[in-house]
Amino acid sequence: MNTDRQVIIIGSGPAGLTAALYAARANLKPLVIEGIEAGGQLMLTTMVENWPGYRDGIMGPDLMQELRAQAERFGAEIIQGDVSSVELSKRPFAVTVDKTRYLAHALIVATGASAKWLDLGVDKKLSGRGVSTCATCDGFFFKGLPVAVIGGGDTAMEEAIYLSKLATKVTVIHRRDTLRASKVMQDKAMSIPNISFIWNTEVVDIKDIDQGKVTSLVLRDTQTGKTSELAVDGVFIGIGHVPNTALFKGQLAMHDNGYLKTHDGSRTSVRGVFAAGDVQDHVYRQAVTAAGSGCMAAIDAERFLSGTLHEGLHSVAS
Amino acid sequence: MASENVKTLTDANFGEEVKNGVVLVDFWATWCAPCRRIAPIVDQLAEEYNGKLTVAKVDIDENPMTPSKFMVRGIPTLLLFKNGDLKETIVGLETKDKLTQIISKHL
Repeated sequence: MNTDRQVIIIGSGPAGLTAALYAARANLKPLVIEGIEAGGQLMLTTMVENWPGYRDGIMGPDLMQELRAQAERFGAEIIQGDVSSVELSKRPFAVTVDKTRYLAHALIVATGASAKWLDLGVDKKLSGRGVSTCATCDGFFFKGLPVAVIGGGDTAMEEAIYLSKLATKVTVIHRRDTLRASKVMQDKAMSIPNISFIWNTEVVDIKDIDQGKVTSLVLRDTQTGKTSELAVDGVFIGIGHVPNTALFKGQLAMHDNGYLKTHDGSRTSVRGVFAAGDVQDHVYRQAVTAAGSGCMAAIDAERFLSGTLHEGLHSVAS
Repeated sequence: MASENVKTLTDANFGEEVKNGVVLVDFWATWCAPCRRIAPIVDQLAEEYNGKLTVAKVDIDENPMTPSKFMVRGIPTLLLFKNGDLKETIVGLETKDKLTQIISKHL
């Protein structure tokens, strides 16, 4: 395979694949390195109801398959594999996947964000033993059993709604007294009889590590400090995401929360490296905004390669 | 498509099939998106370790007893057995490099 490329795109969610589509149509023959979580977060969702153009919604994995096929149709090459290192100090940039070193004259970073875990330690140890960050993956194991969902955003609501069809009872545990989730998701969750809510409450421990499975949660009321125990067989964590930026530490400028800094469109702190999607967006984090920024990154990369990207200025779209 | 080097195990033959040698078992289901991501890696491992490692799959929809016996409550989960003893439990997605490191400890 040709390992010297005009553009390499790291990541294959909506941002990466939209960047691939635009770069392919600009005849840049992009190489997409899909990463271990190929297809991104939408692969773990069910119905996506806010992707424009699908009035009845589309399943997340189906949408990603369509995007992928569309990028490939115009010549994007997509390979399996996970990037183990990047060298951005000189051009062409080097990107290493397993034992292969690829070179790129422009790089688009679209590595996204991954589910955040609690800071308990025990949650990771009981992962796959009753603790999960993916209801559509693991809900199956809790048919006819009580479960808890931790979090108050859209992710947590979606998990609770999905699980309500399988579990006897779903208890949503949220550390505030109001949800962050969109109104439509809140209303949907609150209308389901076997979903209940515990407010102003944190999870301080998950039992039982000695039995190697989840038996209960230890909860603490954030107002009164009182602790209680809730018996569940499964617990689903939906408390947000962390950006996948470990690869770029010391090479690309980041905010304190680890998200990549971008300026003037999709530019990062290194000339010729562009970023798109959730890896650089902790505010909107939507599939459609990720796709939009993927398009921007591809256009910026194309202009950079042709020498028409104006330094420090927004380039005017033609 | 599963590689021809990958065995399909069932509740009925599971115990017998993991009794000898080093066996890596991938627990999966048709509806599990991350399972589809790890499947090609498992296929590659089967090919690369052919003769040294037995690689097998269990469809948890059709075989509920085995996942329950080993307390598998999330997929993908990979279990590694050596002469019938459970040696490693790998939950969720892992890179091929990481899996190779884990497997080579037991060969």
